[in-house]
Formats: sequence, C-alpha cells, structure tokens
Amino acid sequence: MDQLDALESQSVYIFREAFNKVEKLGMLWSLGKDSNVMVWLARKAFYGHVPFPLIHIDTGKKFPEMYAFRDRYSKEWGVNLMLGECPPVESMDPSLPPAARSAARKTAGLKTFLEREKFTGIFAGIRRDEQATRAKERVFSPRGESGAWNFRDQPPEFWDQFNTDFPPGTHLRIHPLLHWTEVDIWRYTKREGIPTIDLYFAKDGKRYRSLGDKDITNPVDSKATTIDEIIDELETTKVPERAGRAMDHESEDAFERLRADGYM
Amino acid sequence: MNKAAAKPDAGPNIDNVTRMSSPGRESLKTVFVGHVDHGKSTLVGRLFHDTGSLPDGKYESIRAMCERRGMPFEWAFLMDALQAERDQGITIDTSQIWFKTDKRDYVIIDAPGHKEFLKNMVTGAASADAALLVIDAHEGVREQSRRHGYLLHLMGVRQVAVAVNKMDLVDYDQQRFDNIEREFRAYLEEIGVTPTFVIPVSGREGDNVANRSEPMGWYKGPTVVEALDAFHNVTAPLDLPLRMPVQDVYKFDDRRIIAGRIESGSLNVGDTLMFSPTNKTAKIKSVEAWNVPAQPGEAHAGQCVGVTLDDQLFIERGYVASHVETPPIETDVFRARVFWLGHKPLQAGKTYKLKLNTCDATVTVQSVDRVIDTTDLSQNDAEAVERNAVGEVTLRSRSMLALDEFGDFPRTGRFVLVDEYDIAGGGIISMEGYADQRGLITVRATNVQRVEHEISEEDRARRNGHAGGVLWFTGLSGAGKSTLSVAVEQLLFKKGYQTYVLDGDNVRHGLNADLGFSPEDRAENIRRIGEVAALMSRAGFIVLTAFISPYRSDRDRARQAAGTAFHEVYVRADLEVCESRDPKGLYKKAREGKISDFTGISAPYEAPVEPELVVDTGAVDIEGCVESVVQYIEAKFVKQQGRNGD
Repeated sequence: MDQLDALESQSVYIFREAFNKVEKLGMLWSLGKDSNVMVWLARKAFYGHVPFPLIHIDTGKKFPEMYAFRDRYSKEWGVNLMLGECPPVESMDPSLPPAARSAARKTAGLKTFLEREKFTGIFAGIRRDEQATRAKERVFSPRGESGAWNFRDQPPEFWDQFNTDFPPGTHLRIHPLLHWTEVDIWRYTKREGIPTIDLYFAKDGKRYRSLGDKDITNPVDSKATTIDEIIDELETTKVPERAGRAMDHESEDAFERLRADGYM
Repeated sequence: MNKAAAKPDAGPNIDNVTRMSSPGRESLKTVFVGHVDHGKSTLVGRLFHDTGSLPDGKYESIRAMCERRGMPFEWAFLMDALQAERDQGITIDTSQIWFKTDKRDYVIIDAPGHKEFLKNMVTGAASADAALLVIDAHEGVREQSRRHGYLLHLMGVRQVAVAVNKMDLVDYDQQRFDNIEREFRAYLEEIGVTPTFVIPVSGREGDNVANRSEPMGWYKGPTVVEALDAFHNVTAPLDLPLRMPVQDVYKFDDRRIIAGRIESGSLNVGDTLMFSPTNKTAKIKSVEAWNVPAQPGEAHAGQCVGVTLDDQLFIERGYVASHVETPPIETDVFRARVFWLGHKPLQAGKTYKLKLNTCDATVTVQSVDRVIDTTDLSQNDAEAVERNAVGEVTLRSRSMLALDEFGDFPRTGRFVLVDEYDIAGGGIISMEGYADQRGLITVRATNVQRVEHEISEEDRARRNGHAGGVLWFTGLSGAGKSTLSVAVEQLLFKKGYQTYVLDGDNVRHGLNADLGFSPEDRAENIRRIGEVAALMSRAGFIVLTAFISPYRSDRDRARQAAGTAFHEVYVRADLEVCESRDPKGLYKKAREGKISDFTGISAPYEAPVEPELVVDTGAVDIEGCVESVVQYIEAKFVKQQGRNGD
C-alpha cells in the first residue's frame, strides 16, 4: 500500500461506518476539488453507488463554471442532487467582518436545510491541513440542535471507534477527508482521473487554489496549467492554501467564530 | 521496540529540508506529549521554523497576535488555534500539522498536557506511530510525564523518544539533564519502554531541535529532527493470521458484498473463510473493487475490501472473518487493562456498551481487579476506576465474542466502552486465566440424530421413588465439596436413593485422562463432567459433582446440558478459612509459586449469582451442612413423586 492507498482506505472505512450507523445521511458537495474527491471515495466505498443525496448549499454567487460542472456531473454520476438556498447577507450577524458575514450565509442556509430535511449525518470535505481550527476537528463531530460546534469539550475519538451514540436532537458532521492534505487531493485526482473545474488551472499567471463565492475569493499567482504542475507548485510554495479566501484573514478569530456557529 | 541508534553525524542535512514528497514516500505520525506547560506546542513551533516549514506570513501573524496581547513572541500559537487556548496559554485540544524531511513526510500531532484534557491527549496519541515525550528541565518529571508514558505503551505506541526541554532555564546544565534522564529511563523501563533517545533541547532558543546546540557541546546524540528520522516506519501487520471484522453487507446490485477492513494478514480468491462467532465457513468467490485496472485476486492488511462468497451464509456486522486454522478466541468473559475517561467512575456491576472491532455488545463489569497508580506503578485493590486512571477489570458479555489478546493482535485485541452517550474508556484484552470457549461450543458431529427413548424419565422416577438430577457443588479448594458430597451420597444411599459422586479421582483417571491443567483443558474437563452428569441424571441418578468449577460460563454450560434437573450448590467458605484448612497443602504451594493459576490465589473464582442452594461450611458444621443438602433433595426430588402418588 502506498500513501494514497492508505488515505483512501481510511476514508472508505469512515464512509462505511457512517453508512452503517447513521440513519439519514447526506453529503455536502461544494463542487471544489476536495468534495469531488469525496464523492469519488464514496463510490469506492459503495462500489460505484452513492447511496445518499448530494447537497449543494447554493449562495447564488458561485462562478458560472461551478454551476456548469454541477449540472453535468450530477447527471453523469447518476447522483441524487438536492439544493439549499441561503438567506440575504443583511440578516447575518452584523458584528462579523464583511467577508465573514457573507460566508455566514452558507451556514444559515445549511441550518435551514438540515432542519427542513431532518438529516442526522452530513459528510463535509474539510481537511486538517487547510486551517488551524479544522486541525482540531473530530472525524465524527457531534452538533447540538443549534448546529453549533462545542470545540471546548469535544468527545474522545480513537482506534477508529467513532461516536455513534447521542442524545436526541444531535446531528453529526462526518469528515472523511480530515487526514488528507492539499497535495494528496491533487495526486489522487490525477491517479483516479477525477474531473475538476478549470478555474484551478492558471490563466494569465493566476489560478484559484480554493473556490468559494465570487466576491470573496481571489486567485493566487501561478503558472500551473496541469495537475502535475499544480503538484510541483505545492511542493515548493509557502503560500497557504486559503490565502485567497477573504473571510479567513479579516480578524484573528473570524474563522473560529464562523466554525463555532456551524460553518464547515 | 526500536533500538536503532542513528549516528548523529549520519542524520539528515537539516539545512536542506525539502518539501519534496511522492506517493511512494513514507509517512510517519508522531505525537508530542508530556506534562502541561513543559513546552510541547513551543517545540512544534520551533521545529517548523527551524526546518523552514512555516507558511508565508505565519511568523508575522503570530507576532501580531502576541503584540495584541502584550506578550513576548509565543511559538505555541502556531498550533493553539483557538482563542481560548491563546488567551489562557494552554493547549485544549489535539491538533495535527504536516512537515517533511529528506527522509520522509511527518504528521505531527500536538497533544494537550493538562490532566483535564486527557481525553484529547488520548485522541491525538492513539493513532501515532511514534511519540516524543517532552519534559521540562526546570520542573523535572511530573505526574502527566509518567501518565502519558504509561498510556502511550497501553495504546500500543512502541517508539518513544524523550526531549528534556527548557535547558536554557537551567543554564544548559549537564548534571540536571543526567538526573532527569536517569529518573525517567528507570520509570519507562519498568513499564517496558526503552526510549530511542533522550535529548536535551530548548524549544524557545532552538537548541538541538533542528540545529545542534552550541552551549550543550557535551551532548553528542541526535537532534529532535534526527531522532524523528531514526524512528521506524510502521506498517499494517501482514505477517499475522487474517482478521477481517465484518463492517457491513451490501446488496446495491446483484452482488452480495461482505465489506470489512483487513486488520491483519492477507486473503486470496478461493480461500475458505470462517466467520466467528457462528463458525460458518464459505469460499471467497471474488474480491470486489471499483475503478481499478483489474479485479484484485488478493488483499492485504490495511485495505478496506469487499468479498463475495460461494455460499450465501447469514453474516452480519461484528462477525470476524479468519482462515479456518487460525481463528480468533471465542469467549463471553475476558480480562482487560483499561484507561478511563468517563465522568462517572467505572464500577463493578455496572453495564456498558462494548465496541470491539465492528461489534457492539453489552458487557457487565464482573470485577475491578486492581487499580494502577501511574505515578509510582503501585497496584491497589479498589472498587472503581476513577476518571483518568488505569485499572485491570474482568468483563462479561451477554453474547459470545470473537476477540484476540492484545499482545498477539494489537488491532483486534482492543476495545472502547461507551457509558450512556459517551466513549468513556479504552482497553486492551488479556485472557490470562480464562479459556478459549471455541472448542466447547462447536458441535463437531453434524450427522447425529437423537433416538427417542421408549422409557420416559417419569417411568424411571416412579420406579426409583425420586427424580434424577444434578447437584453441582462449586466452591474454593478446601471449602468442603468432596467431604460434603461423599457424606450426602452415603446418607442418600442408606435412604434408598440412586446416587453417585463424580469427583476428580474417578474422572481424571479415565474419561479425562487426556486433559492437562491449561485454562482450555480445565474448561473441557468441566464440559465433559457436565455432559456425563446430565446423562446419569436422565438415567435416574442423583449425581453429586465436586469440582471447584470456578467459571460461571462453564457452570452455565453444565446447566444447559442437564436442563431443569440442574441444581447449583454454592459451598461457601472464605479464602482465609479454606487456606487455613488446606487439606492437601495446595495453598501453601500456590503461595510459594509452585502451582500457577491456582483458584483464589492466582486465578479467579466467580461465585454463583443465583445458586439453588448455599451451604456455608465456614459457619455451619459438616453434619448441619449434610442435613441441609439432604433436606433440599427430599423437598425437590421426592415431593413431586409423593404428590403424584397420593
């Protein structure tokens, strides 16, 4: 087994645990590189099938390429796609900095969607290496009725025995990619031939490393026009992955506040 | 244990740490543990800075955070991402960060050192391949230094290096370092851990982290980076027998796929698999996979796989697939060493949910055998294992379990316990003193049919004047089982009963002459006696058996064999009383260590839960005891007959 095999195996194990133990599952599909790998891993785990719906919480402000990608592959992969809307930015917490306030719409949209559809477990494609508060996450992360993350008192989780016993009203965030890194994602995308959105490849000396809403996501300097070149770039760069995501950098605790409230 | 001594001069060139990596490269997970405030997070921060692994802008953003708080530069802020952690200067939850040397990729796991967050330390450390245990040179070895060392070993982390940190605070004093090294090595060796290296470092100043220390020229060993590179890669156990706990059974299309992760060993298409605890077998028809160049013909430890079988057996989550010749142990009782994280203590008599591999089962704590103080390794009797403590317990399950001993199979010999909604502890399994029950529950001959007898048990009872039955005397050696049974037999015989005593003398020489005294043989001995007693009882006899029969599961099986004719008689006497009697001098020998696994001394005695009769030979003389047994027999075995005859 090489490193990619080991990462894949761990994700498959997580998917299968969740599928056996959690009643009503759904998967957040943000259309980015990570969530496409996540869909792929589900198909690995379930032999070509995705036995739960994919959920796109649509802020309405994604890039056109992202909507085109969604419409094409939801059909090609034969998945059950569900859409959730987000409330206007004016109804978000005004004490948040502007970009974080905008990003908070997605959390609110997700909460409304979960309440309406009564999901008990949601797969989210976050990784520990993306962001320091995500590095402290559990694989099976319980959320109370409000959807909040109680990061001060997380349950223990070890030996791949995940928490599956909860008081009524709890739902789970399940993180099958938590142990992957950015470069792992690209290597696996290449090995498996997983489709990706062109925005990740450089045009006019710029490319997107991380995709979010149009107005709060910026491209980074890059010459990488193929996956191999992206991998080479990541092996030498010191620019953090989410450098182009405005809401991470507005204040020291902006992202922690978003996450505590239920942001992915 | 890794004892490879990397020559310090043969270590990696740290000036040339690259970010190169490829899928073929090794990856090692290393956890940093130790007492609170001994500088683990600082050491990680320094390690990243000195190896050029920090992302752009990180150093500046940490400096800004510190200035905002009016404090000196704090490396720990790299890992302590939460506001509460930064404001209190303490790591609350475990975190992970990636880093590379020429040799390999690393996942560095930072674990909190505060006692209150031990559950988070365990969460971080349990998945590690190796550990760096950090000790403050100024404070020396503290409570969590020892506890973390002990827990690492218990969780199966076998490679440990020690960093004696903050050497700058003790003027880089070699004497101070030598003392701490001596003290901590002695502790670790007592629990079976040999550290690969003990390194004097300063996280704050960067001494011996990635760069050699000028003020500590007296130290000739490796730096932290070199010590990390000297750890061995940890791979899934391919050499052990096959274990694949069944995770699920899928029927998405026309295939019925048995899914699971291979925890040890390998499997091939065409192999016969045995599924424990039902012990059914079937051949592997295919190994299934999606989006691969060719269907695999085999699979190995570490892989999540799915197989189809040539026979549609009933299989469910929790079963363990193995090869027929090398199956796991089957038992409903086992011993375990547990670490407890629950808010409520682990107590004898309490019931928990056991999660063992993919199996969920209800277990009751039969006994708390001892509690281990991790600060001085003393062992004490206790009724409960408190939060953050380590203890040895005996657990009993309502159903038969397929499991392994941790010493042989680390991955399938461990479990967690759930108390209400919370994972409250973890444990490793030992079968010391308990038997594998696999042979006892497997029916070997399948072509045997029962023949209906023309003479009913009622016919026999009418002729004899009493029903047949089994009086199963159980109790410690020296409790008086043999004396009592022989006296009862004599009295019953005089009264005209059909009766017979089964004891060690008439069983061990013939029927069970092939059995020794291993736990398995002792269990088989009792199984046969149970079956013989059941046969004789059906033949109309009142059978008196006189065996210690210390295990509840063995006696339950004898009860099953005889059905309602079984009467458990607890011959009760305290250990002190029995030991003072010591009719055969056995206790003396056991105390001298000449007899191993001696019940009451070095092996457990599980007292009956609901015996039909209790005779207390410690309180009542032998005549009184005989009388109470005979009265019981007359009431139970003759009453029905009398009423029917009236």
